[in-house]
Amino acid sequence: MSKGRFGIYGGQYIPETLMNAVIELEEAYDYFKNDQKFIEELDDLRKNYAGRPSLLYYAKNMTKDLGGAKIYLKREDLNHTGSHKINNVLGQVLLAKRMGKTRVIAETGAGQHGVATATVAALMGMECEIYMGKEDTDRQALNVFRMELLGAKVHTVTSGTQTLKDAVNETMREWTKRVKDTHYVLGSVMGAHPFPIIVRDFQSVIGCEVKQQMLEKEGRLPDVLLACVGGGSNAMGLFYNFIDDANVRLIGCEAAGYGVDTEKTAATMAIGSVGIFHGMKSYFCQDQFGQIAPVYSISAGLDYPGVGPEHANLRDLGRAEYVPVTDDEAVEAFEYLARIEGIIPAIESAHAVAYARKIAPKMSQDQQMVICLSGRGDKDVAAIARYRGGQIYE
Amino acid sequence: MNKLQQVFASGKAFIPFITAGDPSLEITEQLVLQMAAAGADLIELGIPFSDPVAEGQAIQDADSRALSGGATTDKIFAMLGRIRKVCQVPIAFMTYVNPIFTYGTDGFMKNCQEVGIDAVIVPDLPFEEKDELRPFCLKYDVNLISMIAPTSNKRIRMIANEAQGFIYCVSSMGVTGVRREIGNNVEQMIKLVKEVKDIPCAVGFGISTPEQAAKMVEFSDGVIVGSAIVKIVEQYGVNCVPYVVKYVCMMKKAIK
Repeated sequence: MSKGRFGIYGGQYIPETLMNAVIELEEAYDYFKNDQKFIEELDDLRKNYAGRPSLLYYAKNMTKDLGGAKIYLKREDLNHTGSHKINNVLGQVLLAKRMGKTRVIAETGAGQHGVATATVAALMGMECEIYMGKEDTDRQALNVFRMELLGAKVHTVTSGTQTLKDAVNETMREWTKRVKDTHYVLGSVMGAHPFPIIVRDFQSVIGCEVKQQMLEKEGRLPDVLLACVGGGSNAMGLFYNFIDDANVRLIGCEAAGYGVDTEKTAATMAIGSVGIFHGMKSYFCQDQFGQIAPVYSISAGLDYPGVGPEHANLRDLGRAEYVPVTDDEAVEAFEYLARIEGIIPAIESAHAVAYARKIAPKMSQDQQMVICLSGRGDKDVAAIARYRGGQIYE
Repeated sequence: MNKLQQVFASGKAFIPFITAGDPSLEITEQLVLQMAAAGADLIELGIPFSDPVAEGQAIQDADSRALSGGATTDKIFAMLGRIRKVCQVPIAFMTYVNPIFTYGTDGFMKNCQEVGIDAVIVPDLPFEEKDELRPFCLKYDVNLISMIAPTSNKRIRMIANEAQGFIYCVSSMGVTGVRREIGNNVEQMIKLVKEVKDIPCAVGFGISTPEQAAKMVEFSDGVIVGSAIVKIVEQYGVNCVPYVVKYVCMMKKAIK
């Protein structure tokens, strides 16, 4: 069996041209993750550059309004660049620098991973190129300019469905063209080994902090953890340190788009089947001949036809649950959190908030849940206005 | 001697690639028959994939034309059944691991044996993952072709040791597509292979002109040409057959 397996999932299904690059990456990661200087530098960047630890905020109004479980929000939206993506990028770019790479490339959907990569590349003096689907450069136009402002070159991807999947394709193609001086900063817990492990480890700071913060505030572990899942990096980061705590329910919220019984959906766990794509064996939205299906979500960051291999395994094991949340539900939750707590969440994170609204009232008042607020919603404001019939353009 | 060994037994091999179903399966059928008659030693037939990450623009476009034209794995097998009634040219499938895995690897390889597919080339299945397909390839006597790349270095020995049929030498970095300059360490790569194993080596990626092909066969056993042919198909559409045949004749002559 090959490396990097989670049950039957994972693996290294990539062209031969890239094999030595991922082997070199694995060796470097295995070395530096235990290197005291690397750990200290990353800790310092997390604290003094990204603003960690992020707050665990007790959402008093929401708790009262829903009348059930006590709700905490893990405020990844307060990180520098406005989302959890910076956690992974700081780690990977620092690693790339240690490996002697001078250039980083990355895919982006909503633009949050692209912005984080451009930011850290600027900080560390690396050349940076970002690939983004044309549909996403249109709906997240401000993020494109933001990346350019940070010194990155943004490539608009016009192949295929012109979204996140195609941005990944194009970044992989670029990596096979130029691998010697270039590191591919993969943005989620997906792709070929060792990416799912590296990204999960760098994101696991979220769950580590939550555990400590809950013990400080409540003296016990939460009953439910909720996070949105596209590729699944903020969810994996939240869940990872709780996998062995069998009493903690882990719930991933997928983007159902118009609904899982329509063709306009991106809920991979709900409608997908096992396949092999983008370097990994996992669940994918596809047809009977293995053609990857076009998917849809209002959220550019969740608009992806696959899911990380560790999530696929957690689902098969019954350790985590994955539930679909529609565009409508997510938009309502987006507006709800803005009004009730004065916090505008990313439309991705709003999928988790939406599901919390469904289950919190059914839970008892002595139960507690933590929702990962993976990003802030500034980037989505114009799109939500348009969804509600407004004519606001960035 | 099996059919794949015969490909390289009588001199340098010319291996044209086309995407099945581009622009239609009827044209693909004619192209296979006519390219075989024009001297193609092995035909590499692409099963189109929605997300061909190892391909450049030309073959990406061919795949999407084929898929929007309605080509499916089952229809391609049916077409091969028709071809095999009149033509025994060696044929290799080129596709990605997902169309095989999702079809059901056992059933896929069984069909390959039935319609006389001699080999499969799967660019996103490196040495480390070959057990995904290899047991089924062995069961149904289909060669799983190994690829080596300019970055393979020390891996070449390991890959060559377990290779069967022939080795596909990726000439250059990056994806498929016509190039003015072909990578300059192909010769060295092939030398490393031959030190380990006496197995034919065919060079692909970037080759389009007779001069490039002639240069490559100075140190290899054959050349694979894809994007250049696919571009002819794109340019002439349903009328492409005579143009492709002319090109195949020219290339075949260049490597004699």
